[in-house]
Amino acid sequence: MDLQILLLLGQDGITNGAIYALLALALVLVFAVTRVIFIPQGEFVAYGALTLAALQAGKVPGTIWLLVALGATIAVLDGFRLLREKRYAKLPPLLIFNVGLPLLAAAGLFALPAGDLPLWLQVTITMLVVVPLGPMIYRLAFQPLASAPVLVLLIVSVAVHVAMIGLGLLFFGAEGSRTPPFTEISFELAGAPLQGQTVLVVVASAALIIGLYFFFERTIYGKALRATAMNRTGARLMGIPPALAGKLCLTLAAAIGVFSGILIAPITTIYYDSGFLIGLKGFVGAIIGGLASYPVAALGAILVGLLESFSSFYASAFKEVIVFTLIIPVLLWRSLTSRHVEEEEE
Amino acid sequence: MRKKTMIALLSAIAATAQADINVGVTLSATGPAASLGIPEKNTIDLLPRSIAGQKVNYIVLDDASDTTTAVKNTRKLISENKVDVVIGSTTTPNALAMIDVAAESETPMIALAASARIVEPMDEKRRWVFKTPQNDAQMATAIIEHMTSNNVKTVAYIGFADAYGEGWWNEFSKLAEVRKLKVVANERFNRTDTSVTGQVLKVLAARPDAILIGGAGTPAALPQKSLKEKGYKGTIYQTHGVANNDFLRICGKDCEGTLLPSGPVLVAAQLPADNPVRQTAGDYVARYEAVHGKGSVNAFGGYAWDAGVLLGQAIPLALRKGAPGSREFRAGLRDALEATRSLPGAHGVFNMSANDHLGFDQRARVMVTIRDGAWQLAR
Repeated sequence: MDLQILLLLGQDGITNGAIYALLALALVLVFAVTRVIFIPQGEFVAYGALTLAALQAGKVPGTIWLLVALGATIAVLDGFRLLREKRYAKLPPLLIFNVGLPLLAAAGLFALPAGDLPLWLQVTITMLVVVPLGPMIYRLAFQPLASAPVLVLLIVSVAVHVAMIGLGLLFFGAEGSRTPPFTEISFELAGAPLQGQTVLVVVASAALIIGLYFFFERTIYGKALRATAMNRTGARLMGIPPALAGKLCLTLAAAIGVFSGILIAPITTIYYDSGFLIGLKGFVGAIIGGLASYPVAALGAILVGLLESFSSFYASAFKEVIVFTLIIPVLLWRSLTSRHVEEEEE
Repeated sequence: MRKKTMIALLSAIAATAQADINVGVTLSATGPAASLGIPEKNTIDLLPRSIAGQKVNYIVLDDASDTTTAVKNTRKLISENKVDVVIGSTTTPNALAMIDVAAESETPMIALAASARIVEPMDEKRRWVFKTPQNDAQMATAIIEHMTSNNVKTVAYIGFADAYGEGWWNEFSKLAEVRKLKVVANERFNRTDTSVTGQVLKVLAARPDAILIGGAGTPAALPQKSLKEKGYKGTIYQTHGVANNDFLRICGKDCEGTLLPSGPVLVAAQLPADNPVRQTAGDYVARYEAVHGKGSVNAFGGYAWDAGVLLGQAIPLALRKGAPGSREFRAGLRDALEATRSLPGAHGVFNMSANDHLGFDQRARVMVTIRDGAWQLAR
């Protein structure tokens, strides 16, 4: 083991760790605000990566139909309620956001030669198509159960995950895809080659984490989310609708997931079911942070990435075993050091 | 009265059904093995609908790459659909689990999975089981022969951390020892891994002349891409598990010059004119591509086609023993399958015997290299 191998392994671990860190942050965010352990987080990674790959192949990604279908279902559910309550003024925005825009997006995808667009535009389209799925899923799956116990929310979360995997297979097929790298540049660092793509992942993740920090510290919506996370009832009394908080945080979580997917797609082959394992490793990071602390979760995720990279060098057959066994000492340590708090029921 | 009519009606249905030959098929058309199961399913659609004047019905079920479902499907096919023969399943664990059900009901079964354990060692149960894909050992020998004749002295292995990778490692390490090839590294990775940097660095540190990647489908492209990225200059070998076009799409220019063993169907048009497989394989390729487009054919569909070829030969003989749906017909079918001699299929020439329910020789494999994103017969 020389310095070069050490550097390469560390570089690989930090790249993967950066992606896990983003997902860990999203998981902590969703859990803090809605008490949902958001298992489908990884699916957004796969959907993001595969939607971008489909666009680049000049195909219309199947996710657009999911967007249209979910939008239409929400429009029917909410429209029916609005009609019964005679709140006609709310109908046009509901229809525009849930039916009009998805249909417009679908029409746009058919009209545009998506394969020939510049990369940044393809990325934007991917975000626009996949990210709205987050709040829509919240509206359909979690909002009606917002005050249910954590266990019920977890079961629903598993159901959403299984449904999304199945739809992923339907949309993208069994085979994986890989997108061309954003940059071909490569540097030399202490004798070890350093891919530009790797630097991009780390820089973009760091930028996103800083962006999230400012969002939570400086904007009214960010503060509203933090308030909800701290005390749900108190936040509601202060005029923060829990449904808005839920939708907002799932939008953020979906955006983080899709963004990670776009970052990771040029480095590895993504399959319709790849997201789960990536999400799970983010989850290990989030557990290290006790599903509460953002910085500890991010550091934990980087640790998972490094552990994964070094264990794949020393004992490749046991890599996953080592990574997931990490959770046992962490849980032991956490349960010994922190006082157990009974889950509050609302 | 009504009861009597019902019985009359039912026996009438049974009588008409008896005239047809029912072929039960269970394939992994969804789930992790879907990229193998889908071309197989497409191929079943191309099989003849009538053999020796008898109508043939294909009842195709999906087992979602799941062993329990494969067994359930087999039971359903045998007890409800009264099939005369079962084709499937796509993966080795599924096929192994189905053996008991097929043998118990004395129904011949043609597996489309590769492991030699499906038909070996021959026993009372495996009497009823045949398979069409080449054994891993045959493929491993082809790789080793190619390595030794190209002056490879040291070799490293990176394989799946599952039955596939482990099976290849067993075959390969055994044969390599016999042929005096030095295996300098042995690493594992997972189908779902997003990075194999650690394994690749370890392999590179051992400086092997050649590297064998024991993976199936597109996940096998990941170590290859990492090796190229880290500047590996030696020869890279893959297994026949990667012989589909998605692998070429994912691997792109990093796969130029990669060598792999494969059934001859992959390069049917490039086979020498005197090769007995050339015509049957070419026939299959033409039929498949007529429906699914140029360049769509792959090795996995060929396994299903060969199951059809075997049946096409065996059914006329079995019809002399009994009517379809009867025990005699099934036993006759088994005997006829076992008696298959010099029958060219898409993947090779079948010469079955009581102890060999695959019946392939070295004509069932060729070394293929990837040139300009296409399969090419290696000299």
